[in-house]
Amino acid sequence: MTAEGFGEPEGGAPKNRDLSVDLCGVRLRTPVLAASGCFGFGRELAGWVDLAALGGIVTKSVSLEPRRGRPTPRTAETPSGMLNAIGLQNPGVEAFCAGDLRFLAEAGATVVVSLVGRTPGEFGRLAARLDGEPGVALVELNLSCPNVEHRGEVFATDPAAAAEVVRAVKAATSTPVLAKLTADVTDLVAVARAVVDAGADGLTLINTLLGMAVDVGRRRPRLAAVTGGLSGPAIRPVAVRCVWQVAQALPGVPIVGTGGIVTADDAAEFLLVGATAVAVGTANFINPRAVVEVAEGLERYLEAAGAAAPAELPALFKAER
Amino acid sequence: MSPVRERCAVLERRRVGEYHSLTLAAPRIAEAARAGQFVHLQVPGDRSLPLRRPFSIRQVEHPGSVEVVFDVVGAGTSALAGLRPYDMVDALGPLGRPFEPPEVPASCLLVGGGYGAAPLFFLATELRARRCQLHFVLGAATAGRLLDPMDAERLGHGLTVTTDDGSAGHRGLVTDPLGGLLATAGAERVYACGPMPMLAAVSRLAAAAGVPCQVAVEEQMACGTGICFSCVVPVGPGETRMARSCLEGPVFDGTAIAWAELGYPDLEAVR
Repeated sequence: MTAEGFGEPEGGAPKNRDLSVDLCGVRLRTPVLAASGCFGFGRELAGWVDLAALGGIVTKSVSLEPRRGRPTPRTAETPSGMLNAIGLQNPGVEAFCAGDLRFLAEAGATVVVSLVGRTPGEFGRLAARLDGEPGVALVELNLSCPNVEHRGEVFATDPAAAAEVVRAVKAATSTPVLAKLTADVTDLVAVARAVVDAGADGLTLINTLLGMAVDVGRRRPRLAAVTGGLSGPAIRPVAVRCVWQVAQALPGVPIVGTGGIVTADDAAEFLLVGATAVAVGTANFINPRAVVEVAEGLERYLEAAGAAAPAELPALFKAER
Repeated sequence: MSPVRERCAVLERRRVGEYHSLTLAAPRIAEAARAGQFVHLQVPGDRSLPLRRPFSIRQVEHPGSVEVVFDVVGAGTSALAGLRPYDMVDALGPLGRPFEPPEVPASCLLVGGGYGAAPLFFLATELRARRCQLHFVLGAATAGRLLDPMDAERLGHGLTVTTDDGSAGHRGLVTDPLGGLLATAGAERVYACGPMPMLAAVSRLAAAAGVPCQVAVEEQMACGTGICFSCVVPVGPGETRMARSCLEGPVFDGTAIAWAELGYPDLEAVR
């Protein structure tokens, strides 16, 4: 049974195939993570899923100081997707460590903490603060949130700026580091190469795409922030293309593929073209069990494809039609 | 009790004035639901409309059905208005924080604007079981956009109706008669739902009269489960923080919301 609608369950009992993958030296129970900004701080969905059974939870981005975020409306539905301009609302790293992180660690979740800062120094201080905190498996650098005041804060639009952030973080922590990049650039491979050369252990591809929608009746933007990040199935082909391009150019660099994954087949697209793991984002808003159900479906996909493990999928992919 | 995901058969779809009512077979949601909570419905059939739509529960029938009321405002609500009996709808619920009933029987004003009045009918059922005195105040732009004044007449002990154009009841806003009712009806509790400017005004009138007031807000929502941070409202006391209305609301104490931050600087400005 294949998935019908957005967030339909995959159906059927999962088999007992080993789904675990190695991501930058960290063993994930499955290759399916919850994407940053799309799973809150994790504990919100503790009543819906067993947090410890997920491949991992990438938290909503955490900054040094609390952030209130943008005015409302913060989201708008668009064809097969949505725009958001949440504006990185978060309680700040200290409250996060004392509350949500402790909860996640005690729940046995594999936690990837997403970090956001306005300068390389802020990223470095965040990484230093989290170094050695129980329960932190990896950190992900949000170098590409489009919902910031200044375009200059989107470090991932410039190879040198992105690399500077990575260097500051690597100097401050022994935790493996993922750099999350944007597809809103002319040459993504150049940015990817720069952050890998600066020491990034892996890449997360891609963040939301900068977009805008207009309420023609009221003749106003549909988001209070005017522009926002586009997510959902609408961006999946862009995300798959990015993973493919970077995986070809930088073989051996672990990639977390994300962008519009709803079903196991969607996740398989990313794994076939070279992603080590995937992250489910917007689908969690429709189906709180999406991460679990994509992993269950992936197990059936592997069996049908004759693959013993997710890592075997790239070898089964044939680039020529 | 935790919310659940339930695939629900449509039992009935009918017109209510200018609105639509949808009754769903949702035994697990119905069993757990309390007034003020909402269900989050997926638009069936159209994958280009991914997000769910939140609807306050208008009434729960035992055993096992949940009714919502909505206005057709776009493609999603248009599709929901086209549902027929035995069509299936995917629902999450019950979500959100419900109205808190008084601990002892009290005299209550239930104030609703347009179809936003929907949860007041569920609330009235709960409050009647607690032997409260209920006075409904229903307002809308026109008579056709009043939600079920007949039902309010049946469930309540009093009813005041206002319309902007005077096509039913008093001409004016739902808040116009409120000051007088607060002074004369001996109200001990106010419960309100409807558009935000109305809630701002009701909250301030109640506060001025020293009557506890709970309001159910409507903010643009995506997930309904607390993970997307879309549906925030500024809440106090003191320095405000942005609270998610799907988790900490949709029912808030009227004095907790920082109405001025939302653009309603004082009572006159919201009228």
